[in-house]
Amino acid sequence: MALFHELSNANIVGAKDIIPAYTTITVVYDIAAIRKITNTAAYKYISEQIEKAISECDWKNESSPREIIIPVCYDISLGIDLPEMSNQKNISIEEIISIHTSATYNVYMLGFLPGFAYMGMVDDKIVVPRLSQPRKNVPAGSVGIAGNQTGIYPLDSPGGWNIIGQTPLRMFDINNTDPCLVKPGDKVKFVSISLEQFHQQKSV
Amino acid sequence: MSIRIIKQGIFDTIQDDGRYGYQHLGINPGGAMDIIAASVANMLVGNRINEAVIELHFPASAFLFEKPCIIAISGADFSPTIHNEPVPLNTAIIMAGSTELSFKQYRKGARCYLAIQGGFDASSWLNSYSTNTKVQAGGFHGRILRKDGILHCHAEPFIYASLPPQSYILTPVKAGINSFYSSPDSIRCISGRQYGWLNDTSKNILENTTFTISTQSDRMGYRLSGKALQTTEQKQLLSCGVTKGAIQLLPDGQLILLMADHQTTGGYPVIANVISADVPALAQMQPGTVIQFHFISVEEAETLYMRQQQNLMQLQDDCNLQLKNFFSR
Repeated sequence: MALFHELSNANIVGAKDIIPAYTTITVVYDIAAIRKITNTAAYKYISEQIEKAISECDWKNESSPREIIIPVCYDISLGIDLPEMSNQKNISIEEIISIHTSATYNVYMLGFLPGFAYMGMVDDKIVVPRLSQPRKNVPAGSVGIAGNQTGIYPLDSPGGWNIIGQTPLRMFDINNTDPCLVKPGDKVKFVSISLEQFHQQKSV
Repeated sequence: MSIRIIKQGIFDTIQDDGRYGYQHLGINPGGAMDIIAASVANMLVGNRINEAVIELHFPASAFLFEKPCIIAISGADFSPTIHNEPVPLNTAIIMAGSTELSFKQYRKGARCYLAIQGGFDASSWLNSYSTNTKVQAGGFHGRILRKDGILHCHAEPFIYASLPPQSYILTPVKAGINSFYSSPDSIRCISGRQYGWLNDTSKNILENTTFTISTQSDRMGYRLSGKALQTTEQKQLLSCGVTKGAIQLLPDGQLILLMADHQTTGGYPVIANVISADVPALAQMQPGTVIQFHFISVEEAETLYMRQQQNLMQLQDDCNLQLKNFFSR
């Protein structure tokens, strides 16, 4: 994440997109834009810029990440996979909720859908694999677990994560100048809300 | 100036050169599938090359131009027709008011581009007019063009305003585009990050056998069918960024080739990447097309792309000169 910020702030000529992920950073570049300023091959130029960023990167600087609180209703009418998870892991639904809300998660990357944040690490006690058959439609706001990752579906979408609840917040809104509520590098904490609070907040 | 959609096409959208700078938020770039044809259509009417255009699939929309304007059509040949008279591709056309443009018959290619002088007055989202149908943003209200929809454009009334209604003029302003598309069937690529995961037999299959573009192909990507490929060991890959042209290996050994509306990240091994210069040719291939991959180096890929860009810039200068000569007569 430190390197993502270093690269983003470096204003590298021709860098069109910088995509952080768990163990990689992808830089999408415009060959023609780079060749306008240098005779070096664009691939070589970008490689050098990335190496420079790696050597100059302040790895300890986490640039004080934002902490975002996300209310989640864990009612089983919304968290439809809670009963099955409770069976599978041999713990109560209350314990699952308590474990999920006690950790602060890192947003490692956004991908799959606009605004879909991959967060971790999920406590081993509530780790479950993806569903063997993905659902055709998971409603926007659904909070899921897949392996040791947790995430929130920003849009109605097909999906294979185990759904444990739903947030009334809009994770993605095209009408906002910042369309995504969370960004790579943010910290996220979940707080449990009642079904009543969920409907109240959702209607706002 | 407005244009009425008098017949709805199967999947026609407004696109430009894509929405870059937001892939770290999971927002995919989209944009014209065949960026060369979109650029050429723009050049022929004197626009900047990344102006918004309409991308048409067959069966395509039909349009009624209410006021005089200049248009150009490039890319796939769907037999463009103005009031029952066929008109050529890659030519600037002056349209009088009340003139209808339709696309009568499929001939070749997969995507056709319509540009209008001044550009379409579409909705911009995150600095791009490209339509993202998934989040319903950009372009024409974030969706495909529908019957009775009205598009607006920035065109100003001009000297041909007095043309009789329902008429048109084919100008001598033309563009030759064949040099932009590589020889049919051969698609050049560079090896991908997980190329080394393939066993020797699979590397051989990838380089020496053909693959067919399946019917499960759209703006997101093309499924390819061919001999199944295998990796030397079953390794799991963490999701990482992917790009247009990436060739991913699915668990069943088949391939998927990512196109304009690809997801920003993926968890399948990327065994090769189609070079940028050959993506436009790929964008014009229909399901059923048989392709063979031809591996080249990153340096060669870059040289080919730069040559293509230089040809494109030359063509733009040439179009500008032709337009100037025509309008100064």
